[in-house]
Amino acid sequence: MKSKAFTDDQNMQPLIRVENLSKLHERRSLAGAREEVRALDGVSFGILPGSTLAVVGESGSGKSTLASCLACLEFPTAGNIWFDGTDVAAVRESLRRQVRPQIQLIFQDPASSLNPGWRTLEILLEPVILQGKFNLKEMRRRAASLLERVGLSSEIMNRPPAELSGGQRQRLAIARALTLEPKLLILDEALSALDCSVQAQIANLLLELQDSLGITCLFISHDLAMAAHLADEIAVMHRGRIVEQGPADRILKHPEHETTRQLLAAVPKITSGEQGAPEK
Amino acid sequence: MRFLLRRLAHAFLLLVGVSILAFLFTALAPGNYFDEMRLNPQISPESVRALRAQYGFDKPLPVRYADWLNALFHGEMGFSFANNGPVAPLLLTRARNTLLLTITATLLAWGIALPLGVWSAERLGRTPDRLLSWGTAALLVVPDLALALGLLVLAVRTGWFPTGGMASVDFETLSPLKKLRDLAWHMILPATALVLSALPLLVRHVRAALAEVLNAPFLLAAVGHGIPRRTLLYRYALPAAANPLIALFGFSIGALLSGSLLIEVVMSWPGLGPLLLEAILARDLYVVVGGVLFSTLFLVGGNFLADILLFWADPRIRTERSAG
Repeated sequence: MKSKAFTDDQNMQPLIRVENLSKLHERRSLAGAREEVRALDGVSFGILPGSTLAVVGESGSGKSTLASCLACLEFPTAGNIWFDGTDVAAVRESLRRQVRPQIQLIFQDPASSLNPGWRTLEILLEPVILQGKFNLKEMRRRAASLLERVGLSSEIMNRPPAELSGGQRQRLAIARALTLEPKLLILDEALSALDCSVQAQIANLLLELQDSLGITCLFISHDLAMAAHLADEIAVMHRGRIVEQGPADRILKHPEHETTRQLLAAVPKITSGEQGAPEK
Repeated sequence: MRFLLRRLAHAFLLLVGVSILAFLFTALAPGNYFDEMRLNPQISPESVRALRAQYGFDKPLPVRYADWLNALFHGEMGFSFANNGPVAPLLLTRARNTLLLTITATLLAWGIALPLGVWSAERLGRTPDRLLSWGTAALLVVPDLALALGLLVLAVRTGWFPTGGMASVDFETLSPLKKLRDLAWHMILPATALVLSALPLLVRHVRAALAEVLNAPFLLAAVGHGIPRRTLLYRYALPAAANPLIALFGFSIGALLSGSLLIEVVMSWPGLGPLLLEAILARDLYVVVGGVLFSTLFLVGGNFLADILLFWADPRIRTERSAG
């Protein structure tokens, strides 16, 4: 995946293009005074099909707001989100509902992002089941192949998520997102709640999936090293703005903005050869 | 299954415990039915003594309890001195009436509370939700008794509703359909009082439980899958929020039942409430114990029902591992 997006033709249309996106959160303090929080402030970027953009920033920098705006879960206050030729920030709710399956979000905490009352099979096929038209046998087969795809055994099909490990749950969340065959996968701190070795496994799974399915990804994280490992391009956010954006290697080696340097300083020293590979 | 069996055993033990305590406390309370007889100069001390012996009051307490328990297994519940008849048939009709009122009120209260709570949670923090919260808070602080009396005043002033009883004088002559209508008409007032007393708590719990689920990432994920809003609320969010609500359901049966005893007295509904009150005042021992036992039975039954529902709704309880 890496290195492809920028060596290929530059004329390729981005799958999703964000222009000047802003989001204001209004908060009312105890005294009743209104207070405005600018979660997103004129954010613009585009992601080419099949590539990965990582958005990195400290907590409270607006990353998650960005994710839920892109996934059509929240309306931005201003700006456009062009997805497949339509501005999904401006259309009606009923149209947004049709767009949502194509943009899937994976959350930080796999324990709370899976319905605790359901079994694996139901969780996996939730969108199909709730729409009421399905053939159980066919669905089981599909579930099994999805589970295999994310490296889970189909033995867990009848187990509730409470009986799965953290890594298994996050794999299941990814499999569930894949059920709908989305075009864009948004990973909102999807690795942060997992321990190191599991993080690496899931990261590899993501790279594999991208290779085989050609999914476009938006990887949101505070971990600059992991972002550089997974993404072609990195955008650094600070207080709702993108302060620095560029190819992953460049950001890692020659950070320009103060925030980037701080984030880099927070990363334990990396000696992996991957980041050192020269960009073509 | 082990979960349910264990709960059943708990329920049974609870019933035994309550019967012992009820028996003990009623017996320990100063005075009994025959004490007042002794003050009556027309009854000789000998006949009082004979009566006491006839009903076993000269025996020690454990023996009396054992006798009563033995009778219970034969479908009898002792003798009512005040009504001069066996307790069991008396209690059964009264219990049936109480059950009728309580079940109706429970179903009505939940039938209103669920959609109202969901509706409110969907609009969390916005004006309609706030208004409803104020409304339920206001209703919550009104005592049940004031509520019942208020409704009674309304019935007397307007004459729209009967002010007591559960049937009209000509009830026996009516056709089955009209009987049902007559019954419903008599039930409106006490049922409304019960529903109003239970509703605010239920609505608030439904709202809170649902609001929590609506914020959960797994629900956001479901929104992200493009599932329609209605389906999402009722088939996805509500089942996920059901656990605390099912526990509350069991509790609400108990609350409605104890509320019912009071409201039955105020609105003269011929249920366990008025009977228990009279029996306590007359120190009619076996009626008191039987009435308490029936109330407990309903309460335990309600909770057991909630346990079954919980068992059915939550896979985590169904897996023996977590129950073990």
